[in-house]
Amino acid sequence: MKHVWIILQKQWQDTWKNKAVLIQFIMFPILAAIMKNSIQMDGMPVNFFVNLFASMYVGMAPLISTSSIISEEKEKNTLRVLIMADVTPKEYLLGIGSYVFCACMFGTAVFCCLLNDVTTSKRILFFFIMAAGIIVSVLLGAAVGVGSKNQTEAVSVSVPVMMIFSFLPMLSMFNDVIAKIAKFTYSEQVRILVEALGDGKIHTVGAAVIAGNMLVFAGLFWILYRKKGLA
Amino acid sequence: MRTFVKVDNLTHSFGEKIVLDDISFQVKQGEIIGLLGPSGAGKTTLVNLLTGQIMPTKGTIIFEALDTGKNLLKESLRTEKKETAWSDFHGDQSDLLQILNPEKKVSFHRKKTVNAGIMMDHFGLYDRLSVWSNLKIFAKLYKVSEQRIDELLEKTELSQAKKTIVGKLSKGMKSRVNFCRALLKKADVLFLDEPTCGLDPATTEKLHKLIAEEKKSGTTIFLTTHNMYEARKLCDHILLLNDGKIVERGVPEEICLKYCLKNQIEVILKNGERHEIPNTMESAKVLAEWMKQENILSIHSKEPNLETVFLYLTGKELDQ
Repeated sequence: MKHVWIILQKQWQDTWKNKAVLIQFIMFPILAAIMKNSIQMDGMPVNFFVNLFASMYVGMAPLISTSSIISEEKEKNTLRVLIMADVTPKEYLLGIGSYVFCACMFGTAVFCCLLNDVTTSKRILFFFIMAAGIIVSVLLGAAVGVGSKNQTEAVSVSVPVMMIFSFLPMLSMFNDVIAKIAKFTYSEQVRILVEALGDGKIHTVGAAVIAGNMLVFAGLFWILYRKKGLA
Repeated sequence: MRTFVKVDNLTHSFGEKIVLDDISFQVKQGEIIGLLGPSGAGKTTLVNLLTGQIMPTKGTIIFEALDTGKNLLKESLRTEKKETAWSDFHGDQSDLLQILNPEKKVSFHRKKTVNAGIMMDHFGLYDRLSVWSNLKIFAKLYKVSEQRIDELLEKTELSQAKKTIVGKLSKGMKSRVNFCRALLKKADVLFLDEPTCGLDPATTEKLHKLIAEEKKSGTTIFLTTHNMYEARKLCDHILLLNDGKIVERGVPEEICLKYCLKNQIEVILKNGERHEIPNTMESAKVLAEWMKQENILSIHSKEPNLETVFLYLTGKELDQ
């Protein structure tokens, strides 16, 4: 566990100087805050922008940052040096995964603060839904990072994947066909669940889709990891 | 001195291409062994195999100085690309060697890498972090005190640059940071890949001193270099690789003498004339005459240096 903590600390230091990753963590919470305070229309749901940007955030930030961090370390050989310093691949991936998860949970905390007319228990539920979505996204990002040789390859894969998972929740609101497809994605289910926050109903479909996505991406990650290794 | 590592019939190929072809050698503990050869000779592959970064296609690598019954529990046995967990083995090394029959293409590989300090040809440094932060990460991983970082920065004259972002350093300075990282922990073996490449003569000299200090403390060192002066100065033994094979091995001076076929003496006279004369009794008379006239500026034996031997054996330029 000590190695995991060292990787986490290393990444924390690095992120403050890595604008490409830093912007992923703060862009959507800031956008949500700006949009929430600047656009108010009659009939608009009370937390419309927060819910929308939170689901987009889940589909984008963890995926892009995880794949970017892993592929950069592969490209610059820092990952190989870490492995040679007796950091196991499991420790490394756990360190990076927990770092991205924690950083995204800070973003989630900002979204949570922006929520209006929501009780504490609903805010806690919001955290859990977001956490589940972030974990799925981290797994997908790790699969892309492990499967790519370098950053260029990782970006060429992660950007279209991110576009699908990040924009589907927004597009599904305007198009029924897209909505039918989008409901099978974790980011759309995150949007549906946070919108229905604390409506008293048990959303088994949403939970099942998120769990299913989690299994699929964990499997994908495992296959790529077995095939390509880490360093 | 006891044997540190014993390499037998080591072969490695990438697909059809054989990079290392059935090489065997032994290294004594506390030696500096120079790995020389043109690019593509197999030096890096050999280091990658020794450090456990890749698995050999065939052959054995035994770190004798480290192998005990307990250590062997951590090893793995690989048969025709199928890796089998090697957890039930409780015998000693000779038992293991009997099992590892090269004829059956059984290869042996360490799952747990040796306690090695490695300076690779690529830097592998975090460009956005400072020199200090880079070394601190590894000091924590190795459980080494911050005092050791300061000590190494002082010795490599990087103290002034410790807060500088690595991305802003020159190639030579990055190389020194990389060197510091390799020396952070007390390793049993050091793998140094061109440690003085791109450094000025004064810094090179300091690094040579540090390498010599490490050797003195009993560390076995594998030094990959294209600098023949460095190889001759530091290495106890060298392995000259070409096309995946060891084409020459031994003590640098002895190798040079071995290829001293002409046995000539070079004399430069004060008037600028340069003479190459055979090392025989007849030449002694000529030499005596020049000496009487106080006409000799310099006199050298004409044995080949490592560079000449390298070119003779590989037929390639040093930086190829």
